[in-house]
Amino acid sequence: MDLKDKLVSSFIAFENMVDVESAVHDVRSEAIKTFEDEGFPSKRDEDWKYTSLNSVLKHDYSVFPKQENAIEYSDVKKYFIHDIDTYKIVFIDGKYSSHLSQTTHDSMDVCLMSSALAKPKYRLIIENYFNKAADKNSLSSLNTAFSQEGAYIHIPKNKVVEKPIQIIHFSTGNESALMLQPRNLIVVDENSHVQIIERHQSLTQNPVLTNSVTEVFTNKRAIVDYYKIQNDRQSASLIDNTFIKQKRESHASVHTFSFGGQLTRNNLNFYQNGERIDSTLKGVTIIGDKQHVDHNTLVHHIEPNCESHQDYKGIFGDKSTGVFNGKVIVDKIAQKTNAFQANNNILLSDKASINTKPQLEIFADDVKCSHGCTIGQLDDSAMFYMRSRGIPEKEAKALLMFAFSNNVLDSVKIPEIKRRITKLIANKLGVSIGFDL
Amino acid sequence: MLKINDLHASVENKAILRGINLEVKAGEVHAIMGPNGSGKSTLASVIAGKEEYEVEKGEILLEGEDIEELAAEERAHKGVFLSFQYPVEIPGVSVTNFMKTAINETRKAKGLDDMPANEMLKMIREKSELLEIDRKFLSRSLNEGFSGGEKKRNEIFQMAMLEPKLAILDETDSGLDIDALRIVANGVNKLKSKDNAVIVITHYQRLLDHIVPDFVHVLYNGRIVKSGTKELAHELEEKGYDWIKEEVNA
Repeated sequence: MDLKDKLVSSFIAFENMVDVESAVHDVRSEAIKTFEDEGFPSKRDEDWKYTSLNSVLKHDYSVFPKQENAIEYSDVKKYFIHDIDTYKIVFIDGKYSSHLSQTTHDSMDVCLMSSALAKPKYRLIIENYFNKAADKNSLSSLNTAFSQEGAYIHIPKNKVVEKPIQIIHFSTGNESALMLQPRNLIVVDENSHVQIIERHQSLTQNPVLTNSVTEVFTNKRAIVDYYKIQNDRQSASLIDNTFIKQKRESHASVHTFSFGGQLTRNNLNFYQNGERIDSTLKGVTIIGDKQHVDHNTLVHHIEPNCESHQDYKGIFGDKSTGVFNGKVIVDKIAQKTNAFQANNNILLSDKASINTKPQLEIFADDVKCSHGCTIGQLDDSAMFYMRSRGIPEKEAKALLMFAFSNNVLDSVKIPEIKRRITKLIANKLGVSIGFDL
Repeated sequence: MLKINDLHASVENKAILRGINLEVKAGEVHAIMGPNGSGKSTLASVIAGKEEYEVEKGEILLEGEDIEELAAEERAHKGVFLSFQYPVEIPGVSVTNFMKTAINETRKAKGLDDMPANEMLKMIREKSELLEIDRKFLSRSLNEGFSGGEKKRNEIFQMAMLEPKLAILDETDSGLDIDALRIVANGVNKLKSKDNAVIVITHYQRLLDHIVPDFVHVLYNGRIVKSGTKELAHELEEKGYDWIKEEVNA
């Protein structure tokens, strides 16, 4: 049985575990039909021209983990941002781990999707927001069909959340191959501010495929900063579908750091439903071996006087491959839009490749939209300058690559994340840089 | 310190240096002057080890050792320093971090451990004061958005930090106002000792009022066509280069 058939037939088993009388279940039933009709995307789909899922779909994934697995904090501490106080929503093989988590209901909700879906007090929020931002593509629909667990975050108005919130998914490898469908819902009300860090981490070499959907709603003047750390083992693949619906004067930023995994596809979508909205999409990708990272972004400017800033840097070594497809739509009424997009890449080997494609659909006439993409090698004159000061070739290259990715790190607001990412970059480049940034 | 014998070098098959002979002893300051396109900057780059230049003939001896086959960083580790005419901007790397890396890599090459942090800080403080560099400046990205004067002061600051045996200053005076020129020259003079040597490459005599050379050489068409003392620089300032060209071409 192929994976699609297995998933479709698993839906019946899934229905035995959830409340089928709820409104959410109607959404799920609709979604499994969509997935059944469309199946997994193939390279024939324009949006998947440069990314093939074949190699990750061939495993015999178990769709529901059979048992609950525990892990000790000391064994996984390194995957947390642990030098600052944070809220933590942690899952092990798709199941919530109360042992590793630190949630709250104190004047806001930082808790679980499963309880938000089940408990009456969350019904209104779920009705208003659940599946209201996600698109109806086959992969999002697949996730919607099986949506049950993940992070549920609701920040009521006028609240600055002091501590960042970490959402971490571990997979133990107790199943020979595991597919996960985490579903996150984040609603941030008027004037509130929250920072979120998300990570998927597999602990063994057994294959893991995660098809995640995150919906974020930023209401009037809300600020959301989202950091995605993608540094998983090479047996793990991730399809991250994130949808951010913004209301007027809100600011949302997503930084994506892609260093690990076998195949990573980021579908990152912003919808600007109001005026004076600011959206920031930044990413650093550093990969090698046969790794593949695909950034597929969409910024939809629906109302006038909004801004969007996209800046993605990629460094590709060995036989790694990258894709950047950045779509910006400016509706006819969205005058005075400022939309910037940059995608710069360095290829370190003859066998590495990047396909980069800006896609601008502009229907308004009074806008500032710019885009630029570059593919190059390291600057020779900078190399000579550094080497003439005694910095060997390899270290000079590493420093230049730091410099190359640095302006993406500049806008990271949490210093601990900045430090952590800097270290990850140093490790990834295989050098010890004799300083802290 | 430095001995160059019959050095020929080219770039993209175009001969630039056509037989340079030069000897610089420890404790000396040499000035190399000459009209545009005479090969001054090429000579500096070739000594520092820029790979684009092909050395076709001759040798470059540093303290008796032929360094021609060495990589730029290896020459730096042996004490060669080039102050660039156009220092390269490196966004994202602060002056301090760049210096720490350069110093510790040089120490590593010599089999030494990293310089202790407090020692490094003390040295940075001393040397930045010497060049009248603001502390805030040191945390800025290397050369990014620096004025011409700031770039050159930063070059000499790096020279002060690295304490080279042989410093080559390539057009360090270009783009400097008189105050910056004084600061830079003062820095170089303070760093001068009987154990190191300086080669000043310049188009004008102006810098040589501040950094007084023991010898002045005129480079023209890839050869040193005239050598003398500091009076030669004054003569060139007064009369220009045409009489040299005429003499050579005669």
